[in-house]
Amino acid sequence: MRTENRPLSPHLQIYRPQLTSVLSIMHRLTGIFLAVGTLVLVWWLFSIALGPQYYDDFNWFISSIVGRLLLFAWTFSFTFHLANGIRHMCWDAGWGLDLSKAYKTGWLTLIISIVLTLVIWIVGYSLIGGV
Amino acid sequence: MADFVLPRNSKVKSGKVWPKPEDTSNTRTFKVYRWSPDENENPSIDTYTVDMNSCGPMVLDALIKIKNEIDPTLTFRRSCREGVCGSCAMNIDGCNTLACTSFNSEVKGDIKIYPLPHQEVVKDLVPDMTHFFAQYREVEPWLKADSQPPERERLQSIEDREKLDGLYECILCACCSTSCPSYWWNADRYLGPAVLLQAYRWLADSRDEATGDRLDKLEDPFRLYRCHTIMNCTKTCPKSLNPAKAIAEIKKMMLERQI
Repeated sequence: MRTENRPLSPHLQIYRPQLTSVLSIMHRLTGIFLAVGTLVLVWWLFSIALGPQYYDDFNWFISSIVGRLLLFAWTFSFTFHLANGIRHMCWDAGWGLDLSKAYKTGWLTLIISIVLTLVIWIVGYSLIGGV
Repeated sequence: MADFVLPRNSKVKSGKVWPKPEDTSNTRTFKVYRWSPDENENPSIDTYTVDMNSCGPMVLDALIKIKNEIDPTLTFRRSCREGVCGSCAMNIDGCNTLACTSFNSEVKGDIKIYPLPHQEVVKDLVPDMTHFFAQYREVEPWLKADSQPPERERLQSIEDREKLDGLYECILCACCSTSCPSYWWNADRYLGPAVLLQAYRWLADSRDEATGDRLDKLEDPFRLYRCHTIMNCTKTCPKSLNPAKAIAEIKKMMLERQI
């Protein structure tokens, strides 16, 4: 019987997405996205240090539609990564590893991060007096 | 490095559609992964239509019926048909489980059956388990004690014995390990949930005296710490065990021995 050139059985292609794996990959993706966001944060700080002209440039970018969408995505990434990070710390301490608890805290993490994101944006817009 | 797409020789093609049974409308469609080492072809998905009036309730019943009555070349492992041997572990409807304890009625629509994910395929639904069992051997899954053996067996209190509940029941079917994305990408160095649960089974045993050695061997960025608590393992275990918790307990033991 031939033993070389055996195929690799399908994996990502066929495995059913479920809360466990979806939240895990989201944690990683939001982490990567937040790391990119820190570069923009540095740009913002630089623009403040360099003077009004540079600050106007930054303001133009961040208040454009694309800028606002990115900022919204960063807000969600931050709240999700924070909430799920706390969930991971509980696991590391040995709490919440039963499947039922993992599912409950998983949904809770999603709900909390979405609500927090919306709250931050509503408060933000109300502070500057509308869109 | 993780390969997210299948290698060229592993891409799945559409396969043969086998004739439907006549004079019955009570049928189910099974889409089954096929690959034969005797032909120079890529894997394919064959479609079988099974008469459910004369088929048992489990996915394994249907597979055996297909092999007996439709296509004798269909190859899969099976033995006990009651969830204690772990032979018929496969991916059914997108999740790893045992064919013998899975009801056909619990799957909606076509019943899709693949071998355990990200494994080398020997034939059809039979993956090569050599590496998996070599990793099991690596954790030295037997009682190790240097102290003078007592007259009779080494005794254990009822409380200490209870610490092994949820661990000793593991049948090494590999459903959990092959559901773990971390194991998919790093199986060459990461031991995977099944083997780590087995490792913890000996760490948790009050009669075992090699705890320090065992932890030394596990303390490695890959062997143990590629577990990122994804929890696909616990979700998929057909015996309802909790490998993720066992791994977390090992990580806690690592921490505690440093304090």
